[in-house]
Amino acid sequence: MLLTEKPEYDDLRAGVRQVCADFDGAYWRGLEPDSYPEEFVAALTAAGYLAALVPEEYGGGGATITEASVILEEISASGGNPSACHAQMYVMGTLLRHGSPEQKQRYLPGIAEGSLRLQAFGVTEPGAGSETTRIRTRAERVPEGWRINGQKIWTSRALYSDLMLLLARTTPYEECAKPTEGLSCFIFDMRELRGMTITPIRTMMNHNTTEVFFDDVVIPADSLIGDEGRGFRYILDGMNAERILIASECIGDGRFVLERAVAYAGQREVFGRPIGANQGVQFPLARAYASLRAADLVRYDAAARYDRGESCAAEANMAKLLASDASWAAANAALDAHGGFGFAVEYDIERKFRETRLYQVAPINNNLVLAYLGQHVLGLPKSY
Amino acid sequence: MKIAVCVKQVPDTWAEKALKAADSTLDRDAADGVMNELDEYAVEEALKLTEAHGGEVVVVTMGPERAGETVRKALSMGADSGVHLVDETLHGSDALATSYALAEVLKDRGFDLVMFGSESTDARMSVVPAMVAERLGIAQLTFAQKVEVSGPTVTIQRATETGYDTVEAQTPAVVSVVEKINEPRYPSFKGIMAAKKKPVETLSVSDAGLDAARLGLSAAWSQVEDFAARPPKAAGTIVVDEGDGGAKLAGFLAEQKFI
Ligand SMILES: Cc1cc2nc3c(=O)[nH]c(=O)nc-3n(C[C@H](O)[C@H](O)[C@H](O)COP(=O)(O)OP(=O)(O)OC[C@H]3O[C@@H](n4cnc5c(N)ncnc54)[C@H](O)[C@@H]3O)c2cc1C
Repeated sequence: MLLTEKPEYDDLRAGVRQVCADFDGAYWRGLEPDSYPEEFVAALTAAGYLAALVPEEYGGGGATITEASVILEEISASGGNPSACHAQMYVMGTLLRHGSPEQKQRYLPGIAEGSLRLQAFGVTEPGAGSETTRIRTRAERVPEGWRINGQKIWTSRALYSDLMLLLARTTPYEECAKPTEGLSCFIFDMRELRGMTITPIRTMMNHNTTEVFFDDVVIPADSLIGDEGRGFRYILDGMNAERILIASECIGDGRFVLERAVAYAGQREVFGRPIGANQGVQFPLARAYASLRAADLVRYDAAARYDRGESCAAEANMAKLLASDASWAAANAALDAHGGFGFAVEYDIERKFRETRLYQVAPINNNLVLAYLGQHVLGLPKSY
Repeated sequence: MKIAVCVKQVPDTWAEKALKAADSTLDRDAADGVMNELDEYAVEEALKLTEAHGGEVVVVTMGPERAGETVRKALSMGADSGVHLVDETLHGSDALATSYALAEVLKDRGFDLVMFGSESTDARMSVVPAMVAERLGIAQLTFAQKVEVSGPTVTIQRATETGYDTVEAQTPAVVSVVEKINEPRYPSFKGIMAAKKKPVETLSVSDAGLDAARLGLSAAWSQVEDFAARPPKAAGTIVVDEGDGGAKLAGFLAEQKFI
């Protein structure tokens, strides 16, 4: 089931599907509760999909955000979970737009050929989630570079990444004129650092997320991205891409659960007819389809604007909001349509139901998306 | 080295296949089309050979418009260019006609090797590679599980039921491959993007200088007069063992002429 016909991406979809076909539901179920899909990520990397957003001059695919979004959507739609590797696409914008030529030369060719993984993005802290500027992890200049102290939480895939993109305070909150100042972005190789402790957090779905403790960790001076104190801007710059990509993953989840639910509802007979003949079963699926298609159109609109270099914050935010709500509704309707069988692990519906639920909350809560739209698009007073 | 790989679009292996009532030919719209699986192995082997020895890989297909997808897939795996023979007249061609058309397209193009999958999953005749070799008047090395090229000499291991035979020929030659030969690569992201810019030559029957009278359903050496869906499975026979189960089973098998 494809929501929006875009023949120009048919070959790309078919290519991604071919990789995914070797990793079926049994593969993903077998990883639960917390194993990392090493083989899948290796196959995807070998075929160059995870380096799609790396520019061609560094050996990458030079993809547009629309193409990247099609890749992630198709992984979700196949029943897989792109969360194992999406970060490499999410954070690319920050490195590409604000990284120095030396940083790009140091990391991008390795990412492109698959020998370096950039999968960890450390922003959230126990005391700072939606209110990012409240982070307390400190980075201080020392003769050897930067010394980091503090704690991150929900740093997903930190155990399966070589590089980390980190947001830390270089000036304490209290000393800044504005909360958004005094934050800086760093990129560094985690593999040989001393003083970093990473502990996994068990979650509702398999997400390989962790807590990261920095105890006098010294990173090289050239880890700083762009200017000191401007890190918040740089992170914000990457957010539109992230929202478009999240939306696409949700669209893929929605396609997967709907396709399964429609097939099941057409074939399961109760009281002498297929359950899909009942409006109580059919309408929630029809509604979910309509919501997904609408979300998909906003996603393509946002992505096209992004690719043309136009502003797309409103569209990217709306795409994420609509798609994550729609995929959740679709998963919920699919669970109902499957009756008791929806709860059986073997059907993959309960797994998708758990996986897609995350995106209403992370990487940004839909409440905060609404707050953005209310304030910045509608011009209402700031609500927080 | 210049290698042609002949590829065919077939209905998805897992799909329910159907014949068309009008002319008893395969209903290609009833199922998704995919590249015949063994042809992927042939493409992979051709790519490996040119990666090792230099040269180019040209994919050749005969099939309806939609078969262009299969050409593009081979291009996205890394083949350099494509030739697509597409014409209404070709519809319903049998293996003899197919081999005639392919041989005409292949001849005079200077190929050192012409590679095939050893059979297609829809017709499963396994004869087209041999027929093409015969028509081109070149050696046929079929059912290869290993291919080596050294100068003008091609050596293959031909898979047999008990092991393999080593067979050697001089180029140009036809090689058909079996599944054991390699593990086909996935089309890569860059490959898929690059494929959009690779040249595909589209030929009609007259472009290729083919004699239309030798092609299509009317020229086929066999005609399907009638067909019927496979009857639903009949209920089985249950042999109840009352101490004489063995004898009853043997009786049943003898009655069905199994023993
Ligand atoms: C599985 C998982 C993986 C994650 N991966 C990463 C990662 O890789 N890197 C990373 O940095 N972070 C990651 N996160 C963190 C994620 O970005 C945060 O959880 C998210 O930003 C919300 O922050 P919080 O959990 O602190 O919630 P809080 O900010 O405490 O918010 C709690 C609730 O209150 C609501 N709320 C707060 N303020 C308002 C307001 N003004 N108006 C209305 N509602 C409000 C929120 O919407 C939310 O519902 C991950 C989280 C999870 C669960």
